[in-house]
Order: sequence, then structure tokens, then C-alpha cells
Amino acid sequence: MRRIINLRPGRGGIVLWGALPFLMAAIAYAVASSTRLAANPNDKLLPHFESFVAAIARLALNPDPRTGDYLMWVDTLASLERLGLGLAVSTALALVLGVAVGLIPYIRAGLSPIIGVISMIPPMAVLPVLFIVFGLDELSKVVLIVFGVAPFLVRDLAIKVGDMPREQLIKAQTLGASTWQIVVRVVLPQMLPRLIDAVRLSLGPAWLFLISAEAIAATEGLGYRIFLVRRYMAMDVILPYVAWITLLAFLSDAGLRWINARFFPWLQAGKGQS
Amino acid sequence: MSRLSVRNVWKEYPGQVVLERLSLEIASGEFCALVGPSGCGKTTFLRMLLGEESPTRGTIELDGKPLVAEPGPDRGVVFQRYSVFPHLTVLQNVIIGREFERSPFLGKLFGAKRRAAEEEAEEVLNEVGLSAHRAKYPAELSGGMQQRLAISQALIRKPKVLLLDEPFGALDAGTKSQMYELLLRLWAEYKMSIFMVTHDLKEGFTLATRVLAFDKVRIDPQAPGAYGATVTYNLPLEDKIAAMAVA
Ligand SMILES: Nc1ncnc2c1ncn2[C@@H]1O[C@H](COP(=O)(O)OP(=O)(O)OP(=O)(O)O)[C@@H](O)[C@H]1O
Ligand SMILES: [Mg+2]
Repeated sequence: MRRIINLRPGRGGIVLWGALPFLMAAIAYAVASSTRLAANPNDKLLPHFESFVAAIARLALNPDPRTGDYLMWVDTLASLERLGLGLAVSTALALVLGVAVGLIPYIRAGLSPIIGVISMIPPMAVLPVLFIVFGLDELSKVVLIVFGVAPFLVRDLAIKVGDMPREQLIKAQTLGASTWQIVVRVVLPQMLPRLIDAVRLSLGPAWLFLISAEAIAATEGLGYRIFLVRRYMAMDVILPYVAWITLLAFLSDAGLRWINARFFPWLQAGKGQS
Repeated sequence: MSRLSVRNVWKEYPGQVVLERLSLEIASGEFCALVGPSGCGKTTFLRMLLGEESPTRGTIELDGKPLVAEPGPDRGVVFQRYSVFPHLTVLQNVIIGREFERSPFLGKLFGAKRRAAEEEAEEVLNEVGLSAHRAKYPAELSGGMQQRLAISQALIRKPKVLLLDEPFGALDAGTKSQMYELLLRLWAEYKMSIFMVTHDLKEGFTLATRVLAFDKVRIDPQAPGAYGATVTYNLPLEDKIAAMAVA
């Protein structure tokens, strides 16, 4: 018998082993749900799978009788807009500030202390301030995401720029590059994939801040809906919504990873395969 | 033209004198090999020539003018590693020097200008034997190929001085001798001065017209940082200098 560290699953095996935990979770849920519903047909805690389908159909495929909107799509659109805007602003900030702080000593001296302090402020603690200053509508939610995510992205990128081999910057100068040319031809192209990886890591926090803000003050949005129907213990809506949010987060992560692989082929160069 | 004068140069780091009393006159077009024990300040000297570091005392002049205190296109460099840009292909790595020169805002050439730069780069790549690999990324090249790429990248701006810091340290003997031939050929063709740090004394004597040996002459066992190294031997190899003058 070989050591277990040397035994590898084949391609089908990987799919099978990966699917197994999902399958087991689904079976466990189905069993638990059936037992509870057998004891009390009105139980709301663990609804049957059919109730999920019915709830999704009601929210996503039929217009709301009161407003005439397809609620799930309205919610999804509102949330994705806030999230996208928040992440876009944070990424742009990181790109400008991160590169400047990492590359230019005077800007580093001037900005890195204050960025360090701002990144230590707990974003949720200033949410009331944001609501007061920016009002209860879209802006305060976007600002919360920026506040929560941008300092991390800026600092992460500044560190990565600072860690670039000095030799490369010297080399560019011996080829006659100006500071601006070094930024656009040497630093940015190498830092973009790093930044995208950092954005992938901050998708989790971004959703956290989005849902928190929506739970407190909103009139639509995925987080708003979950916290609204909580009052009726509508697990048949909450659980599909959570699954939907998870799927959206998973897809955006996969999308960003695809962008890195597609547009930065040199990242994979020399690492076998390809 | 690239006559180098070093006048009584000292380099100190906090708590440590690295180089002291360095005075040299190097004629234009010489090939200097810098040798000496590890940690004696050869790289530091090279970095001062490059403009990355400035002397604590003394002056360095290139053609009678004080050296500009930052790296520039008149001085090319090849480091032991990290010399080429990992995100550019071989061809892009070579033309980027021209792009910096001719496209101040984007640093990128298009159309006819790009084709002209590419043709020029192809010639250089041909000389170093990398034409067949023009579309590869540096990570897909061997160590010797990467150094050849670094050299051709440095050559496209036709520097007056080429600085090499142990460029062939990681290569096997066969590749090394190929690189020697290449370097000597390019040196004769481009008529630049070369300063090359090497740990291999034989390499130094094979290639150079002048061997500069760095070492400490004074040592205080109680305070190892109190004295710095200086050039203990400045050995012109007369026959090669003569050959250079003929060529
Ligand atoms: N930035 C720095 N700050 C402080 N000390 C430094 C710095 N750079 C180099 N030194 C010191 O200067 C001395 C010379 O270093 P240098 O790199 O020039 O040696 P070297 O001759 O190139 O050695 P090697 O052959 O091992 O490459 C070393 O003792 C090193 O500790
Ligand atoms: Mg060295």
C-alpha cells in the first residue's frame, strides 16, 4: 500500500469527491426538513425544496401584485449596482494611490501614515456618520463599501509596488524611461493582475458591508429583502436568496480569475502546462 | 566617448566604510573586470557608476562632466537577475528602450514606427541568437538566454558605458564561453566601455583590457567597519589594449 500522500484522484474522481459534501448537505437537509414537516406541517424553519421553488417563482418570475416589479431582479440589480460601483471606486483609488504611495517616496511619506490610520477605523462604526452625511439612499451604501475595501486595496497594492525588484526600476531608467513611462509600461502592467487578485479577496468584505447597509436602510436590494422577510420567518425566501448571493459572489470571483488568466498570459508563462 | 575619472571617492554606510580612497582613470572603450572578495564593495562601486548611489566623498566624472545622480540611457546595465521585464515577450523587452525614447506619453509605438523598432530589435536579437524565441516570455527562457536578452535590451539604446554585475555567474562553462565570444564581439562593434564584476579571475583576464582588484588594505579587528576596500591592483593588460587600439 502506498502512502496516502501519494494517492491522487483521477479527473472523474476530483468531480466526484468535490460533489460529495454538497450531496451530503442536501440529503441531510432533506431528511431534517421531512422529519420536521411530518411532525408539524406548518413548520417554517426548514421548508421543503418545493417551497423554495414556489418562492423563487413568486419573486423572480411573477410581478409583485402591489408594485408590478419582479422583486428578485429588482433586488439583484440594486445590490449589484451598489457593489459594482463601490468596488470600481475602490479599485480606481487603489490603482492611483497604491502605485503613487508604493513608487514615489514623497507621496509615501505624506500619505502612508494617514492611510494606515484610516484603514484601522471600523467601517461599521462610521456607518451612522455616513447615513447622516450622505443620506439614506445609494451614496451612503457605496461609500461604506469604499470605506471598507479601499484602504485594504491601497495598502496591499502599495506594498506590492514597493516589493517590485529594484533592478527593474533601475533597468527602465537606464533605458531612458521617465517616471510616467515607468508607471504605464513597467509598474501598472505588472500590478493589474495583483490588484485583481486583491479585489477577489475583498469580494467577501464588500458583500458584508453591502448587506449590512441594506439591512439598515434601503427600499430594495438582496440584503434588504432578507432582513424584511425575516419578520415572517420566511425561510423559503431567505435560503434561496442566500444561495443566490453566494452564486453571484462565486461567479464574480470566477470572472476575475478568468480575466487574469485571459489578459495576463505571462503570469502562467514558464509554469508548465500551457 | 566615455572617459571615466574617479577622484578620491569614499562610500560610507551608517557604521561602515565600504570603499575608500578610490582614484582611477579609465580611457574610453576599455573593458574593466572588477574582482575581489565577497562583500568588498564591487556592486557598490558599480551602483555609483550607475547613479543609483552617490559617493559620500569625492567625484566621479564621465567625459569630464560630473556623473548625473540617477540612472540614465548613457549607462546600460545587466544585473545578475531580474534584469528583464517578466510581463513582456523577448521582442517587446528589446524594443521597449526605443519606445521609451520615441513615445513620451504612452511609452508604446504603433504602425510604421513600431515596425522600424521591431526591425532594429530583430537585428540585435539575431546577433545574440534569440530570433527564434522572440515571442517567448522571460520565464520560458533558460538562464543564459535571459542574460543574452538582458544584454540585447541594454544595447538598443547604444549606451556609452555598459555595467555588468556577475552576468554569467549562474551559467555552465560551455554557455559561458559562448557568452564571452558574444560580449567581445558586441564590445568591439558598439565601441562602449564595459565594467564587469566577476568572481571568476580567469574570466576577468580572458575578457578584460584591465583588471581592477578590490580589497581592504587596512583592517582593524576590533572594528571591522572602520576601513573600506580600495583598488589594490590596477592591472592593464597591455597586449589587449594594443589590439583594441588597432581595431
Ligand atoms: N544599502 C546598503 N546599506 C548598508 N550597507 C550596505 C548597503 N549596500 C551594501 N552595503 C554593504 O556594503 C558592503 C559591500 O557590499 P557589495 O554588495 O558592494 O559587495 P560585493 O563586493 O558586490 O560583494 P559580492 O561579491 O558578494 O556581490 C557590504 O558589507 C554590505 O553590507
Ligand atoms: Mg555584488
